[in-house]
Amino acid sequence: MTTQERQIPGMFTGLFAMTRRDLLLAWKRPGDVLNPLFFFAMVCTLFPLAVGPSAEQLEFSGPGVLWVAALLSTLLSLNSLFLSDFEDGSLDQLLVSPQPLPVLVLGKTLAHWLTSGVPLVIVSPLLAITYRMPPSVIGVMMLTLLLGTISLSLLGSIGAALTVGLHRGTALLSLLILPLAMPIMILGANAVSLAASNDVYTTGIWALGAYAIASLSLAPYATAAALRISNE
Amino acid sequence: MTHKLSADNLTLIRGERCLFQGLSFALESGGLLLLEGRNGCGKTSLMRAIAGMLSLETGQVFWDETPVEKQRQEFHGALVWLAHRTGLKGDLTLVENLGFERSLRAQSSVDTESVYERLGISRLKKLILRSLSAGQQRRVALARMLLADVPLWFMDEPFTNLDREGRALVIELVEEHLAKGGMCVMAAHQDVELKAPVRRVKIQ
Repeated sequence: MTTQERQIPGMFTGLFAMTRRDLLLAWKRPGDVLNPLFFFAMVCTLFPLAVGPSAEQLEFSGPGVLWVAALLSTLLSLNSLFLSDFEDGSLDQLLVSPQPLPVLVLGKTLAHWLTSGVPLVIVSPLLAITYRMPPSVIGVMMLTLLLGTISLSLLGSIGAALTVGLHRGTALLSLLILPLAMPIMILGANAVSLAASNDVYTTGIWALGAYAIASLSLAPYATAAALRISNE
Repeated sequence: MTHKLSADNLTLIRGERCLFQGLSFALESGGLLLLEGRNGCGKTSLMRAIAGMLSLETGQVFWDETPVEKQRQEFHGALVWLAHRTGLKGDLTLVENLGFERSLRAQSSVDTESVYERLGISRLKKLILRSLSAGQQRRVALARMLLADVPLWFMDEPFTNLDREGRALVIELVEEHLAKGGMCVMAAHQDVELKAPVRRVKIQ
């Protein structure tokens, strides 16, 4: 055995390696990323067909529909966050690694947000046009989605960690996450509606930002603890 | 630098079943701890409990005389884990899989190529893991062990899926590791013949 001190790679090395690995996996299995995105696009385009083409009605329901679809599609993608790691034993490897588990969890969640939240934000302007949203409102909507999906990924990771050992935990995961995710959706959709009626909408944006920061600082610890319990 | 892994009065209850009670052992550098017992008797559970993945009913595990829960990071920095499920990603190549490992744990200074060569996996570097046979995947998991610079090896049924040559290689690798002052906790249902001192724990 070598006498010198073992060199454990730094925390940020672990964080970015984790993100990189999950992005690489997403790249090799694009279906996992595209499915929720298709779901989002489908709900958003089917709705106007069912409700009818009245401009007034579409303008009124647009923000709500987009946000509900975004929330549901994020829930759809969360289910698989830890599942494959649990099944192939990678989770055990992460649990016995010298890297702090919350940091690794944060790396995974970051990758999840980059592959679920960010694509949502990118395609949302296209769908918002269907609802006759003016460009200024589209900007506000993208900002709310950007902030909201950060919190959704982080909060969702807690639920995903708690249900990872259960078979068919999807329904339970949704039930666990919805109460925490509801305020995000209400704040987001409300801010977009206010912007559409030329009202003051910044309060909602600040609240979403605060929500994102709170989840960023607390969720990784909760998720790490939940993973240790689920994997017993 | 010598290390010591010891456990005092371990009891583990899973569901309504008591898997073991009042179990104690001590293992020092150069030694092998062999967990024996029939299928389903709790060898894996004991190993998971020692590594800190299962919470024990009673008892404590010590690493260098300090309880492991007080120094989880140091303890986990000193061990590497090999189990039934290899913990390798089927969609990634061998190099990508082991590259990720490099950013988690301290790496030894041995030449990577020679390790691949020795395990007979150097031809498979560019292939994704899913396309390898179970035995080849296990050899990749062994490569992860050899590349890590850690004193403590955890091996749960290391001979599964390996051919005769592979099994001999595992024994050879363990003996080398122990000779260098490393230590190993191994669960096996078959008998393991080693030159190094073996401490046996039988679970009923």
